[in-house]
Amino acid sequence: MSVTNPSETVALATPDAPASAPASTRRPRRGLLRGILGNRKAAFGACVLLLFGVVALAAPLLAPGNPSLITAIASQPPSLEHLFGTTAKGQDVLALTMHGARTSLLVGFVVGAAATLVGLLVGVASAYFGRVIDDLLSLVTNVFLLIPGLPLLVILAAFLPPGIGTVVVVLIITGWAGSARVLRSQALSIRSKDFVAAAVVTGEHPLRIMFREILPNMASIVMSTFLACVIFGIGAQAGLEFLGLGDASVVSWGTNLYWASNDGALFTGAWWAFVPSGLCIALVAFALAMVNYAVDEVTNPRLRTTKKGRTRA
Amino acid sequence: MSTTPILEVTNLRVEYHGDNRQVVAVNDVSFSIGEGEIFGLAGESGCGKSTVANAIMRLLKDPAEITGGQIRFRGRDLLAMRGEELRRFRWKEIAMIFQSAMNSLNPVMTIGSQMVDIFTTHEGLSVKQARSRSAELLRLVSIDPVRLDSYPHQLSGGMRQRAVIAMALALEPSLLIMDEPTTALDVVVQQEIMAQISDLQRQLGFSVLFITHDMSLMVELSHRMAVMHSGRLVEMADAELMFASPLHPYTLSLMNAFPPLTGPRVRLTGLSDSVRATDGTSGSCSFHVACPPDRANCSGNIPDLREVQPGRFVAEHPRTSIEGTAA
Amino acid sequence: MRFIVRRLAFYLLAFWVSITLNFLLPRFMPGDPVTRMFAQAANKMQPHQIEQLRQLFGLDERPIWQQYLTYVQNIFTGQMGVSISRFPTPVSEVIGSQIGWTLLLGGTALVIAVLIGNLLGILAAWRRGGVLDSVFPPILVFVGSFPYFWLAMAALYLFGVVLGWFPIRHAFDAGMTPDLSWTFVSSVATHLFLPALTIVLVSIGGWMLGMRNTMIATTAEDYILMAEAKGLTNNRIMFRYAARNAMLPSVTAFGMSFGFIVGGALLTEVVFAYPGVGYQLLAAVQGLDYPLMQGIFLTITAAVLVANFLVDIVYVRLDPRVRVS
Repeated sequence: MSVTNPSETVALATPDAPASAPASTRRPRRGLLRGILGNRKAAFGACVLLLFGVVALAAPLLAPGNPSLITAIASQPPSLEHLFGTTAKGQDVLALTMHGARTSLLVGFVVGAAATLVGLLVGVASAYFGRVIDDLLSLVTNVFLLIPGLPLLVILAAFLPPGIGTVVVVLIITGWAGSARVLRSQALSIRSKDFVAAAVVTGEHPLRIMFREILPNMASIVMSTFLACVIFGIGAQAGLEFLGLGDASVVSWGTNLYWASNDGALFTGAWWAFVPSGLCIALVAFALAMVNYAVDEVTNPRLRTTKKGRTRA
Repeated sequence: MSTTPILEVTNLRVEYHGDNRQVVAVNDVSFSIGEGEIFGLAGESGCGKSTVANAIMRLLKDPAEITGGQIRFRGRDLLAMRGEELRRFRWKEIAMIFQSAMNSLNPVMTIGSQMVDIFTTHEGLSVKQARSRSAELLRLVSIDPVRLDSYPHQLSGGMRQRAVIAMALALEPSLLIMDEPTTALDVVVQQEIMAQISDLQRQLGFSVLFITHDMSLMVELSHRMAVMHSGRLVEMADAELMFASPLHPYTLSLMNAFPPLTGPRVRLTGLSDSVRATDGTSGSCSFHVACPPDRANCSGNIPDLREVQPGRFVAEHPRTSIEGTAA
Repeated sequence: MRFIVRRLAFYLLAFWVSITLNFLLPRFMPGDPVTRMFAQAANKMQPHQIEQLRQLFGLDERPIWQQYLTYVQNIFTGQMGVSISRFPTPVSEVIGSQIGWTLLLGGTALVIAVLIGNLLGILAAWRRGGVLDSVFPPILVFVGSFPYFWLAMAALYLFGVVLGWFPIRHAFDAGMTPDLSWTFVSSVATHLFLPALTIVLVSIGGWMLGMRNTMIATTAEDYILMAEAKGLTNNRIMFRYAARNAMLPSVTAFGMSFGFIVGGALLTEVVFAYPGVGYQLLAAVQGLDYPLMQGIFLTITAAVLVANFLVDIVYVRLDPRVRVS
């Protein structure tokens, strides 16, 4: 996969998620939000994301018209007229990059939300019902985690009809398992808490227990899983499109890179054709990762880097 | 009992630095332990007694900091020790037994290699020599030396704690700190371990700083003892004397918190924590003491210890006389 | 032992799922892709080869369970059909001639990234707030945010095209015959450098941060405190007590990440035209070579499962608690 594996990021970022849960669970969510807003990493990440969001929304205003149209002389380096230069076909790279943000961010966030949702349903159901259901769901989750993502993406994308919809579906299929694993272990630790046992004893409906008792206490882990899934979605989409498995007529950061590579930008020295899109993917992923680390630091104070070094003998 | 003190703690103060507040965990605590003496330190969870132990071992980590006082060991300033000097000092002079043997043993190393590395590091022995010394130590605490090759999870709870005791005695330290050494064990094993420690102490003659919340256990073992509350010492005296006639109300409530095994049934009195909480002057809560007999008078800070009889110290307000209760 | 057997059963199950998925995909996605492929391939194929392909994709009219049995049997005897893009070479032969390069690239990069990343993580956690702990993580996370293939493109452009320090494509100089001579080995090494470097750069941050975080959790354990009280040397506490325990979750993560490293290696190969299965995968996608795509999928899955199994065996060696139970 191109960027990161959702399970890996989350798992690595919170190695002791179940163990640290008692400290962070049942803490009012307002505290979490305030902590995140006051965190420098989070502020940086949020600003970058906001900037990209605005550019994506305003792309039709900032760069009117179809960005794929040939509007200039081919392979021009950045100039006042074309700030990011032009492609080997004579398209404006800046327009392609801004319009590319629309597709890439949309796919990334849709995949992130859907994969998290699937993972959440599987994880919470697994933890709540336990026994056979847990064994079964965990088995499926682990199998999906183990099958290498990119080759699976490739055969799925190759057999399904090409298009953005396929890309989204395929990414959800390959991306949900990581979040399910993380969310299951968190849900499991909450499931074993006394207040859940109390709810079960008082005869509350399972759905109510899952959504009103367990879920609210998973806010931070759901959030970081979602962010990791978005990172996965954006990166994996770019990887698929780079291999030519996306819809090459749609403008996105991945297809921009595909065309740049196909047109030999590397060998003609047209660095401006592939730098902007790649940098955008990295910046968005980095911003998301920063917000994610901030969530982690707020909920798990031990990971915070203290100013003063530890005094050791 | 004590002749020349081996350990002297004077006006020790330890603070924990939080994000926006500081907590004083140990405040102006002074005591000394004599050669061959068993000194008990009692108090409820969170009163700062483990912090005192970790301060003596110089094991306090970042949010905790020693902000005042002195710790001297045979005249050497412990707080001035740095790096290599401190490393050599630890375990050779003062060894420590931690609360849970399960957690204080490295789960992925055999008992043997965890004992061997004491000898190889401190005495430069070869692994072979170190192993035979370790085997002797295990025999000393009546564990079969074949257990050298066992991993901690393969031993029973009592055996693990005995292995830890063997490790603590490896370099024949002059002071042994025991931080609730038997809390994680059941009562029968607890008694066995305490008897063994007591035997070993008579045999080898080391001094002990014994920390626990179990007053009866403490009286059984200690020569002298002190009671700690909210980071302050409230009473210090000969163990049996204090047990027979506690002077401070907190000492009394701590004793009452344990049911006697014989005699008529009595209602247990708690540590009346609520007294501290209901006091209006928040912000300095850690200084307040619970004084069940006379609540009106204990809203202030816990005062310094005052010698009311030779060798008998109690924290009391000068104007209140509780001397009448003394035997 | 029971642990190992259970894991083995699990990997077999995972492999069975992959085979079944491979079997079902062309049968439940009828029409377009496979028909297009046949249209393209028909004129250069022998009739028996077409028949074999039809069987592979379920276009013969046998009942589905019969097809399935034949399919599974074929997979386990290594018969995955004939490659279309490299007609008439069988798929197994195409993959066999290239998997070595992928293993070399992926293996080298993985070992380097794991060793350096974990070491950095150990040191960063040991000196909280030190240079290593405050400077490296954000930089590595930023570098790790780039897609593998983009970093590969940038490295190729900068060090290969502009500076000319390293060769820009293939695994060794053209015209060489593979042997164990110094010139050949050094040619392989210089060709390996850039692709391996990009994989290391992208993946090292994850290892470092993962190790750092588990190390921090581990240093709060009582046995670290006791080791310190024992007056052991800093290095011994750091490696033999803290890192040795913190390593255990890292080993599990190591297994889990194989699939992702492989994915990264595949894309990196594409950029550098490195003759491994990843580069072949691109050719397969472009040439609508479905048998080869499926063959590569199964081979890589099998490789990842075997690697995970090996990791399990190592884990049992490392954690005495699993060994006994």
